Amino acid sequence: MTVLASALGLDTCVLQAQETNEVEQLKKQLQQMQENFERTQREHRQQMEALTQKLDALARQPQAGATTTVAAAESPAESPSSSWRPSDPIRVGRGSAYMDIGLVGTFAVGGSTADDIEGGTQLGGHDPNQRGFTIQGVELNLMGAIDPYFRGNANVLFGVDSEGESFVELEEAWLETISLPGNLQVRAGQYLTEFGRVNTQHPHSWSFVDSPLVNARFLGPDGLRNPGARLSWLIPTPFYSELFLGVQNSQGETAASFRSSGHSHGGEEEEGLPFAYRHPDNDRGVGGIGDMLFTPRLATSFDLTDNQVLLLGASTAFGPNSSGMTGDTTTEIYGLDMTWKWKSPNAHAGFPFVMWQTEAMLRRYDAGMFDWQEEADAGEEAIIDDDTTLPATLSRETLTDYGFYSQVLWGFRKGWVAGLRYDFVDGEEGDYEKMNLSFDGSTLGRDPERNQRWRLSPNLTWYPSEFSKIRLQYNYDERRDIGSDHSVWLQFEFLLGAHAAHKF
Amino acid sequence: MKILIPQQQFTTFSPLTMNFIVGRCPLTLPSPPVGERVAEGRVRGLRREILVRGILSPLRGEGIPMEGPCRFYDYRQLSAHYSSMQSARVRLLLPLRSLGGRGEGWGEVRVFRLRSLTTFLSLFVAAMFTFVSAAQARLNVVATTPDLASITREIGGDKIELTTMARPTEDPHFVDARPSFIVKLNKADVLIHGGAELESGWLPKLIEQARNARIISAAKGDVNCCEGVKMREVPDQLDRSKGDIHAKGNPHYLVDPENAKIVAHHIADAFSNLDAVNREFYVAKAKAFNSSLDAKLGEWQAKLVPFKGQQLVAYHNSWVYFADRFGLKIELFLEPKPGIPPSPSHLAGVIAKMKETGARVIIVDPYLNRKTAETVARSTGATVVDVAQFPGGVKGTDNYVALLDYLVNALANALAEKK
Repeated sequence: MTVLASALGLDTCVLQAQETNEVEQLKKQLQQMQENFERTQREHRQQMEALTQKLDALARQPQAGATTTVAAAESPAESPSSSWRPSDPIRVGRGSAYMDIGLVGTFAVGGSTADDIEGGTQLGGHDPNQRGFTIQGVELNLMGAIDPYFRGNANVLFGVDSEGESFVELEEAWLETISLPGNLQVRAGQYLTEFGRVNTQHPHSWSFVDSPLVNARFLGPDGLRNPGARLSWLIPTPFYSELFLGVQNSQGETAASFRSSGHSHGGEEEEGLPFAYRHPDNDRGVGGIGDMLFTPRLATSFDLTDNQVLLLGASTAFGPNSSGMTGDTTTEIYGLDMTWKWKSPNAHAGFPFVMWQTEAMLRRYDAGMFDWQEEADAGEEAIIDDDTTLPATLSRETLTDYGFYSQVLWGFRKGWVAGLRYDFVDGEEGDYEKMNLSFDGSTLGRDPERNQRWRLSPNLTWYPSEFSKIRLQYNYDERRDIGSDHSVWLQFEFLLGAHAAHKF
Repeated sequence: MKILIPQQQFTTFSPLTMNFIVGRCPLTLPSPPVGERVAEGRVRGLRREILVRGILSPLRGEGIPMEGPCRFYDYRQLSAHYSSMQSARVRLLLPLRSLGGRGEGWGEVRVFRLRSLTTFLSLFVAAMFTFVSAAQARLNVVATTPDLASITREIGGDKIELTTMARPTEDPHFVDARPSFIVKLNKADVLIHGGAELESGWLPKLIEQARNARIISAAKGDVNCCEGVKMREVPDQLDRSKGDIHAKGNPHYLVDPENAKIVAHHIADAFSNLDAVNREFYVAKAKAFNSSLDAKLGEWQAKLVPFKGQQLVAYHNSWVYFADRFGLKIELFLEPKPGIPPSPSHLAGVIAKMKETGARVIIVDPYLNRKTAETVARSTGATVVDVAQFPGGVKGTDNYVALLDYLVNALANALAEKK
C-alpha cells in the first residue's frame, strides 16, 4: 500500500507541472506498478492455497494409512500424555525416567540331611540356610546415566537371616565412565571384583540355587567385593580381549581370604574353630599401596562358529591377610574360567541352547605364626598341643588350596533349563594339621575349612517368563571326615520393574 | 585365524609360521607398480638389514589382481631371509590393487615373527598403534537386525563395511550379547537400530561395554530408525500381566514398506553427515531405493486387493504394520499374550474363532513352534505359511524387496487357494 500511496503522491506532483507527456508516462508507470502489485498478490494467494492443500493432505494421510487398524490399539497412541492423578500408581520404566528401577526377590524352601546347613553344607551367604524357607535376598537395582560423562548403578540387598534378623547389604554402588579415550573405562565405588564368572553375577543370575563351593571358600560367602576402582582396557585386537586392573580395599567380610576379621555372615567361621586354627585378627591396617587388594583379569572371546561362542578368562587377586603377628602375610588367588555356549540358529526366546561353564582356582594363603598361649592367658579356651599338653604354638606356613566347578546347562525347550554341576575343593595338608592338637577335649584332624569335599547338583528350572522362575535342585554332598548329605531346594524368584540387559 | 583385509588396513596371524602381519596402504599413491608379481623390500632385524626381492604368490585363487574382498599373499617365501632373527620387520612394496585398494599404488607390510613373549607384547603394542592410527576409508556400520542391514546395504553400497548382529532365523528379542559384538561396536562409526525396544534385552549392555562415543545415544552415528514412524499399539499403561509388551509400541514396524522408506532416509542422512564426500552417492541410493519401493508397493497392494479384510492367524503379534498396509486383518494369535507360550485352552478358543471368522491361513516365523501351528491347521483345515520379518529368514529372500515379494506372493497364493 505504501508503494501505491507514494505513487499517487508522485502523480499529483506531475499534474501540477502541467506536462502531458510526463503525465502519460507516469500514468503508464502507475499502471505497471499496479499490475506488478496485483500479480504479486495473486502469486501469494496461489502459494498459500497450495500450502493449505498440502497441509490438508498431510493431515489426512495417517487416517488413510490406518484403514483396517485395530481401533483399540490406536487410541492410546493419539493421546499419550494423559495427565497423572494422585490415585494413579507411579510407574518407572526404561526411557521415561532418569533412572531404571528394578526389584528382584529370591526365595528358597527345602531341607537337608545335614544339621550344619548354614556354613556347613551351604557355604554361600545367599544360599538356602535352614530347613524350611530362606529369603535369599530381595535386591533393589537402580541404574541410569548420571550426566554425559558417567553412568551409575546401585544394588541394595534386603534380607532376613536364619535367626529372623533383618539386614541390608550394599552389594554394589558405582559410577562408570561413558567414553574415555583409548578404549579405557573406569569404574569406581563399591563393586563386585572382576574375578571369573560367578563372582561378578548377582545371585539372581546364577544358574543354580547356591554359590559354587570354590567361590564361597576362596572368594568368601558373599563373594569378593569392596570399595575400590577398576580400570579396564578393551584391547584393539580383531577378537574380543579385555584387560581389567582393579584396586580395592583389602579388609572386611567381603574380602574373606584377605584382611577379613574372620566373621562373615553365613560363613564357615562363625561356629567352631577359625580358618587354619588361628584367629585372623591381626588387622595391620593400610600402611602403603601394598596393603591394598589388587585384582587383574584378562578375558578373551571367540566366535567358534555362527552358533558357538567361547569365552576364556584368567584372573588373580593378591593382597595382605590378617593372619599371624608379623604383619607381612599375603594371599594370592589365581583363577581360570571357560564358558562355551551353543545356541540354535532358530532360537526362540533364546532356546534351545547348551552352555558349559567351568572355573578353577588356586589359593596360596600365608598363615602367620600364632601362639594359643596368649588366648589361654586371656582366659579363652585354647587349642592344646597334645605332645606338650600346653597351648599350641603354630608356626608360619603357606597353605595351598585348590578347587573347581564345572556346570552344563541345557535349555531344551522354551523356558526350560536342565542343569548339572560338579563341585570339588581340596587343600594340601598343612604342617599344623599334622600336629597332635586338641580343642575342648576332642582331637583335631584336618581343618574342615580346607578339607576335601565334592558336590553333585542336578537341577531343573522353569522360566514362566523372563521375569519369574521356579527352580528345583538336589545336592549330593560328600565331605571327607564328615560324610555324605542330601539336600533338596525349591527356589522361586520374581522381578519387578526394569530389567537390565544381559551380559554374555 | 580369519584373514580379512579392509581397504587400507589389515592384520593377520599365521599359526603355521608364527608370523603376524600388519599392513597399511597409504592414501596417496606415489608411483604405479613396475610388475605386479614382483615385490621388493627391506628386512630390518635386530642386528642387520637385508633387501628382499621375490615373487609373491597369492594365498587364495590364481592370478593377480584377484577379485573380491580377500586378497592376500604368501609371505612364507620370505621367511628364509630372516629366520635367524628374533624378530624382523619386512617392508614390502606391493601393488595397492592387490591389497584390496582401488587404483594403482604401493602399500606397506610389516611381518613380525613370534618367538618370545617380549616380541609378542611389542607386537601387541604395535598392532594397537596401527589400529589407533588407522585412516578411516569406509564407514564402519553395525546394524542390529537383518532387515535394517538390508536397507543399509542398499544405501551404503561399497562405501561401507557392514556387520549384522541378529541372525535372520532367530528371535530378535533374545540375541546373545556375544563379546565379539563389543569389538564390532567399539570400531563402529554408525549403529543402526530399531529404537523401539526390540533389542533392549541385549543391546544396551553391549553399547556400555563398547565405550564408543560415536554411537552412544544421540551421537551422530546413533541411527534410531523408529523416529518418524507412527508406532502402533503403544500401551497407555505398562503392565506385564499383559505379556511382553513394549513401552514404545509394537516394534515390528519394518514389514510396512512405507516405514522402510523412512528408515532409508535416516540412514542416508547419517551416512551423508559422517561421510560428506559421498553425500550425493547416499542420497541418490536412498532415492533409488525409495522409488523402487514405490513402484513395488502398487504391485504388492494390487496382488492383495482381492483379499481385503480377510482374517489371518499369526503365532506372535508382529504383523500389525503389514496387515494395515495391505488391508488384511491379523488379530488372532496362537500366543495368548505376547511372549507367553500357547495353552491348550487358548488354542481351542483360537480354533473356534477361526471357524467363526473363516480365517484359513496361519503364518509362522522361522524361530516359532511350527508344530503348534500345524495342529491348529489340522483341526481347522487351514494352511501354515512360513513367513519371516527378516531377509534371509525364509530361503530365497536375500534383501528387503525380495522378502516383501515373497510375503505378498506366499500370502496371496495361500489366500487364493482357500477361497
